[in-house]
Amino acid sequence: MAALTREETEALIQEVLEVYPEQARKDRAKHLAVNDQSLEKSNKCITSNRKSQPGTMTIRGCAYAGSKGVVWGPIKDMIHISHGPVGCGQYSRAGRRNYYVGTTGINTFGTMNFTSDFQEKDIVFGGDKKLAKIMNEIEQLFPLNKGISIQSECPIGLIGDDIEAVAKKANKEIGKPVVPVRCEGFRGVSQSLGHHIANDAIRDWVLENRDGDDSFPTTPYDVAVIGDYNIGGDAWASRTLLEEMGLRVVAQWSGDGTIAEMEKTPKVKLNLIHCYRSMNYIARHMEEKYKIPWLEYNFFGPTKIAESLRKIAALFDETIQAGAEKVIAKYESEYQAVIDKYKPRLQGKRVMLYVGGLRPRHVIGAYEDLGMEVVGTGYEFGHNDDYDRTIKEMGNATLIYDDVTGYEFEEFVKRVQPDLIGSGIKEKYIFQKMGIPFRQMHSWDYSGPYHGYDGFAIFARDMDMTLNNPCWKQVKVPWKTAESTPVAVAAGA
Amino acid sequence: MPSVMLKKNTEGKLIFYVPKKDLEEVAESVEFDSPEKWGGEVLLSDGSKYYFEPVNAQPDFPVTLRAKRLDSGE
Repeated sequence: MAALTREETEALIQEVLEVYPEQARKDRAKHLAVNDQSLEKSNKCITSNRKSQPGTMTIRGCAYAGSKGVVWGPIKDMIHISHGPVGCGQYSRAGRRNYYVGTTGINTFGTMNFTSDFQEKDIVFGGDKKLAKIMNEIEQLFPLNKGISIQSECPIGLIGDDIEAVAKKANKEIGKPVVPVRCEGFRGVSQSLGHHIANDAIRDWVLENRDGDDSFPTTPYDVAVIGDYNIGGDAWASRTLLEEMGLRVVAQWSGDGTIAEMEKTPKVKLNLIHCYRSMNYIARHMEEKYKIPWLEYNFFGPTKIAESLRKIAALFDETIQAGAEKVIAKYESEYQAVIDKYKPRLQGKRVMLYVGGLRPRHVIGAYEDLGMEVVGTGYEFGHNDDYDRTIKEMGNATLIYDDVTGYEFEEFVKRVQPDLIGSGIKEKYIFQKMGIPFRQMHSWDYSGPYHGYDGFAIFARDMDMTLNNPCWKQVKVPWKTAESTPVAVAAGA
Repeated sequence: MPSVMLKKNTEGKLIFYVPKKDLEEVAESVEFDSPEKWGGEVLLSDGSKYYFEPVNAQPDFPVTLRAKRLDSGE
């Protein structure tokens, strides 16, 4: 199917908005846009980071999800207590596939669920005593933990427990960092505020721990990789490239990260930010307080990797710049073989994305390297600055949708007819039943890594495997069967 | 009175960032921008104006300062 023109895309948005009541239509209209590359600022065309409309199907998470699930959860040698009723922790446990090295339950705790399991009496009488008791139990049962974070669930804020006081007391008793995080789920409009709160907790409770301590030997090539969550091993695939070009990766958060690395981050020379949305706050703080510059980079697909490596190297001396060129040259035959193999099979295929964080714009380059085109993209919980960065990456007259509802997404897909959709698990089965190839792009559909040159090979294989799978020809959707076709024609005529 | 994070970009221009509003703009002009005096009215590329209490030296960028909003710019 040919690409839609600007007018057609605008008409499509209007058509989709038709069904809403007036108030909802007015609100949703602000969140849907046709991309216009000539714009510098996204706030001229799209509104984001606003409360979702009641009644529409949003796929956003909560502040707790942003803090426990994204930022703090992957810190492997700390124990993260889901403070409150048992469900929040249990149903979000280990779902994000943040890989790590270590022995779970001994010195790493990534996939375990620790909760204070609130009961009625804790709500009525407060849960502070219970929290203090839990931390003592943790110390006895898991003595090799390097610290504890308290991830608040909704009731903590509602009943007004003083977790900061408990944390300070516990910190004195056990002599390890104890970090209270006020990430109650009701805060903010999406998980995005949870990221911010988690960043602020790192700022207030962790980063200063080694201020004035110069015992850590530094080099001029120290960098920190921030905002790579090591989904399916992503951070490892990125880290090897940085190390090969001559940099020393001192800290890596939070995927496969440790509290010691976080504490050492203020000693580095440059912060490298992968997920801008969830970690820009802490990078900006370190820029101001420790004068550490930060840089966004993109390790999806060879074009963007080369671009990013050169951008990073430009901030260092010639040895690193030569190192970057060496890395790019070293992997050239490898990634060229991947492109040669898969590009003919994927050329011209059209993709629609709807994910969170950095992927709606970052993966575009990887698809383009394979000759594919992204015709629609959107963020679950992006802000204006994310859309600012997206406008230039996307083609003209492509669809951009913010916090898209289930209904809108389905209608867009029916009309745009992409060859592949990349979104989350909640969308996966709907679109698969519609006979459209689908990749779950939150945790790489249980595959990965997708970052770096190693990841690109897996990315290309996965896209080919999904798109060119013979099963899609077997899917017969009701509205495409022989009986229904004449009816549709009659109605259209 | 928003808190504004100010920093210089690679071209030496002032970047104006208001965390709560996701506002990230380049400053077009700064009223007083000399080694002895810094501050006054700051005009952003989107047309909005902010006012910083003038200080007697260049602040050590990046830095967070309080600003007063002079007009909406819309």
